[in-house]
Amino acid sequence: MAVPVFAPWDDPTQKPLIQFKGVTKRFGDFTAIDNQTLDIYTREFFALLGPSGCGKTTMMRMLAGFEQPTEGQIVIGGKDMKGVPPNEREVNMMFQSYALFPHLSVWENIAFGLRRMNQPKDVLEARVEEMLRLTRLTKFAKRKPHQISGGQRQRVALARSLARAPKLLLLDEPLGALDKKLREETQFELMDIQENTGTTFVIVTHDQEEAMTVASRIAVMDEGRVIQVATPSNIYEAPNSVYVADFIGDVNIIEGAAKRAGDGYDITWAEGVPPLHTRKEEGELISIPDGGKAYLAIRPEKVAIHTEKPQGMTNAVQGRIIDVAYLGNLSTYHVRLANGTMVRAQTANTRRLALRPFTWEDEVWLSWTDTAAILLAE
Amino acid sequence: MRRLSWFNVTSLTLGFAFLYLPMVILVIYSFNASKLVTVWAGFSTKWYGELLQNQAFLDAAWVTLKVGVAASTLATVLGTMAALVLVRAGRFPGRTLFSGMIYAPLVMPEVITGLSLLLLFISLGVDRGVFTIILAHTTFAMCYVSVVVSSRLVTFDQSLEEAALDLGCSPFSAFRLVTLPIIAPAVISGWLLAFTLSLDDLVIASFTAGPSATTLPIKIFSAVRLGVSPEINALCTIMISIVAVGVIGTSLATKRAAQRQKRDEQAAARAAG
Repeated sequence: MAVPVFAPWDDPTQKPLIQFKGVTKRFGDFTAIDNQTLDIYTREFFALLGPSGCGKTTMMRMLAGFEQPTEGQIVIGGKDMKGVPPNEREVNMMFQSYALFPHLSVWENIAFGLRRMNQPKDVLEARVEEMLRLTRLTKFAKRKPHQISGGQRQRVALARSLARAPKLLLLDEPLGALDKKLREETQFELMDIQENTGTTFVIVTHDQEEAMTVASRIAVMDEGRVIQVATPSNIYEAPNSVYVADFIGDVNIIEGAAKRAGDGYDITWAEGVPPLHTRKEEGELISIPDGGKAYLAIRPEKVAIHTEKPQGMTNAVQGRIIDVAYLGNLSTYHVRLANGTMVRAQTANTRRLALRPFTWEDEVWLSWTDTAAILLAE
Repeated sequence: MRRLSWFNVTSLTLGFAFLYLPMVILVIYSFNASKLVTVWAGFSTKWYGELLQNQAFLDAAWVTLKVGVAASTLATVLGTMAALVLVRAGRFPGRTLFSGMIYAPLVMPEVITGLSLLLLFISLGVDRGVFTIILAHTTFAMCYVSVVVSSRLVTFDQSLEEAALDLGCSPFSAFRLVTLPIIAPAVISGWLLAFTLSLDDLVIASFTAGPSATTLPIKIFSAVRLGVSPEINALCTIMISIVAVGVIGTSLATKRAAQRQKRDEQAAARAAG
């Protein structure tokens, strides 16, 4: 059975739920967000990803209403949010510190937002019980926040922010305080809950794996600007800049001069060796003038490693193994090319007992296909 | 455990003697049967009985209590508000001046505070009495409250209040439902501090009290000028015991709460592990 692809951003008839229109936010002299335009659609799980201080938290706080944009406009559900205070927005937030009320029980924490809606008592109680079941907290309803573990607190915070059934849920580094294993489990729980409730989620994180796992689309941010907005696979396989390629996962960057050749570009990267060739995929709009500076970005797992020069490969370079990182499932070889460039090649250790033919100081050949590398102008 | 050296023992004894010997003597003589304060004539509680018959003392005690409760409550409200503004409002023009002015009464000589208030009440034509003492005590107790409350607010996680706003609270109800219950211990100790200060203030009260209202410290002070009586000793012993019971009770309650919290957290950690 074919599942229809969820991609409202490619559908011009869809109206976005959230629109940033030329939003700038300054704190004194510091520009936190620089003239930002961004659309987020209903039912999306949208990730704002970037290093600390890139402005992702400011974007989120402007959606929640804790900060007002200095310039520009934020529209949620077709309504301009200018001057609308946090308590009048159909937006709820899950705080990084969870911000659970220490003087109230788990039950009362979840009921807190509902009590502000003047609902009948039985409706309120049913909703709290539903939230407790959804987050598997029924047993702990009577406990105070300091009487439960970190993972349980995280779920209370989620239940509390979902209880009012907001149009939009904001998650500020929701899993930052959990250990790795619990974090991975919780990521899938979050995705399930997002799907079951049909709420639009916007998550702020600096953890690229987390963003890749949970998000429908990722906005990679740097210094107050969104560098690229795309699906996780496009962010990984078709980054639009060296910054994005480098921020998400491992990447080899080879710098050189580009020249149009055949179905793509030839990249001259070192003296006395044949140029590297990359084919231009359809839809990749980048165009570089002849002789212009260009970067080839190649993921380590797309680089093959050989003892002999591979036959029939356009892109083959020779080097010496400097380092071998054995990770169990994978091995990464750090290879220095003749001009000093370091290239990493990764192979999967698919056999348990196999002779690994490469070791330190070996002379090896690296190769990749015409479409493995991405050509970037900046 | 290490044994104390003779030097430690001596300094400890001297220190405690210096602090508590006068009070111990006062308490002992309050149970003296003799009318003469300095001559011991056997154990008796008759001065406590006589104290209850003395209408002037009872009136003064009642005034003191009224002033204490009213002034410390007012001071707590105003001091908490001032602390909120100082901690939360960030930078605004005149902030340093404002915060300095809040704390200035802490170091201001009481005589000056009392005198200036007296002049103010006279120039406004306000009759001096319970009301003026309450105002005067509110003025100087407020800054103590604001010091206590603002030191708590500095460590208050502001995202708790933001969470309340996010969940649909107006700024005022966020304060009432979230901030206030959490900072309540600091507010209460601010109130207790204000109450204690009001209870034992002599200088400011004597400037602002009128013929219609006398507080206990004024009464004691004027009675002592005519000679120390065993009745006064009894009264002071009662005051000491009230304060002691209050202090010991609070510290035991705090300790118990801390222990309970620690136990709960350990239990949660075990349950999680």
